[in-house]
Amino acid sequence: MIDLDAADRTILRALEADATLSAGALGRIAGLSQPAAWRRLQRLREAGVIAGRRIELDAVKLGFGVTVFLGVKLATKGRVSLEDFERAVSAIPEVQTVQHVLGLYDYRLRVVARDIADFERVLRRRIMLLPGVGDVEANVLLSEERRAGPI
Amino acid sequence: MLDDLDRRLLRYLQADPQARISDLAERSGVTNATATRRLDRLADQGILKGQRTRINWQALGYAVEVSLRFTLDKTHANAMAEFQEAARAIPEVLAIQTFLGRVDVRLSVIARDLAHYQTLYREAILTLPHIAEIEALMHISTIKTEEALPV
Repeated sequence: MIDLDAADRTILRALEADATLSAGALGRIAGLSQPAAWRRLQRLREAGVIAGRRIELDAVKLGFGVTVFLGVKLATKGRVSLEDFERAVSAIPEVQTVQHVLGLYDYRLRVVARDIADFERVLRRRIMLLPGVGDVEANVLLSEERRAGPI
Repeated sequence: MLDDLDRRLLRYLQADPQARISDLAERSGVTNATATRRLDRLADQGILKGQRTRINWQALGYAVEVSLRFTLDKTHANAMAEFQEAARAIPEVLAIQTFLGRVDVRLSVIARDLAHYQTLYREAILTLPHIAEIEALMHISTIKTEEALPV
């Protein structure tokens, strides 16, 4: 585990918002020279803190008007291979994220669709046909706010 | 509207956010200048909003991730707004999502370990206003997380 000081935190916060910032730009934001910012950046990368980049697209402008979170319970636990379910669900293009969870449901899926009719198609023809799928609960996303987190 | 080339560029970019323009252009079968012009246009239209850094919270010592799903007491006119406002003040909250469905709002929360989570839960979460019901889903593993749009 890596310890962060105030300058590291400033750099991480800036990078979280814009992954394309150069070491020079990060240095200006954190009040460091370009080489000093670069060294910190290297250290954060080597520690695995920077996991990668995410392209941010406007889903609505691209015609994806509906995002739904599904809680999925497997029907026959023990008899169904989790790997089979995970492989099949990950292959559905409309499924953006798959998380294995402990609680009321076994899996949590984030699904995008063009509209409610399109979502119904994905649900009936894709999700409900997955191996081992049991109870499914759907919640339609109304708003989403991502926070910077404890940095 | 988007044409095939725009879609191809967005698909390649989502699959590999760090790809260079020359790689994107080559895979799409166009010149660097054309690819650059298209990506600039997508940015101008607000479709390509930017690139954010994904932070690996485990590398920063946050081993626990929990999805907390709330039903709120809607007899208070401002229940949702007051709840969201209070949730923003908790640094360990990574996302605030509101829903249409059985669940009203969901918080994505991280903690260093279960002891830290318990403290957070008692002192920060349970004291949020207008809670009627809480359900917790503990994350075991993330199987798919690209959050790519099937353009």
